[in-house]
Amino acid sequence: MAPERLPLETSEQIVVVRQAVRREAIDLGFSLVEQTKVVTAASELARNTIQHGGGGSAQIERLTDGTRRGLRLTFEDHGEGILDIERAMKDGWSSKGGLGLGLSGARRLSSEFEIESAPGKGTRVVIIRWK
Amino acid sequence: MSVERIPILKMGAFLLVSIQVDMHDRLALQLQEDLTTRIAETGAHGVLIDISALEMVDSFIGRMLGNIAGMSRVLDADTVVVGMRPAVAITLVELGMSLPGVRTALDVERGMALLASAAGERYASDHADGA
Repeated sequence: MAPERLPLETSEQIVVVRQAVRREAIDLGFSLVEQTKVVTAASELARNTIQHGGGGSAQIERLTDGTRRGLRLTFEDHGEGILDIERAMKDGWSSKGGLGLGLSGARRLSSEFEIESAPGKGTRVVIIRWK
Repeated sequence: MSVERIPILKMGAFLLVSIQVDMHDRLALQLQEDLTTRIAETGAHGVLIDISALEMVDSFIGRMLGNIAGMSRVLDADTVVVGMRPAVAITLVELGMSLPGVRTALDVERGMALLASAAGERYASDHADGA
């Protein structure tokens, strides 16, 4: 199945991404708690893409690894990038007056988490949640 | 275009809100503003927020609930959040939010009882001197 790519420019589109992730998670047979975790992680990262990255996109893909099935979500922006990733990953650290739980919280809610960013080059966050 | 709003009902000395939609961020901020205005206008002593229809609470909505509780306290009203789904509670704590300062109850009935008993104590202490 072709991956689905959704735009992230306005706060209403965070809701669209949440709902698309929910649909895929239900389709893959995720439990209610697993669905809620992956949807919540998606919501945090989608908001980061808009608020910190100045907009971008979310890509939703299904994964199969032997008998394991999962969801891979990729959030990309072409914003300022993150100067200090280690600091950005800390609970309670925020550059924009938020709670600073976006990245660290999304990592806790995911099975796998990857972040790539450089000043001026934008940010790419990939999470995987296995069933 | 009509302005989207979450309805606020007045019942005696209390205001009731039932969030029935997947809220985008502006809608959450609007609710925060509307509730604060209504508390001041009506002199309500309690606010009950039913989130039993919410399939997800992320850090943004969590922060909104905390803000409403804080603002209503300053305006001399108690807030109780009721009906959080178990999967939402599990996810919220893993995300790193335990909603400090927000009173919760399992359902609307218990939430109303909590507000009524807080109002009773308020009445008793108001009239303690003149008894």
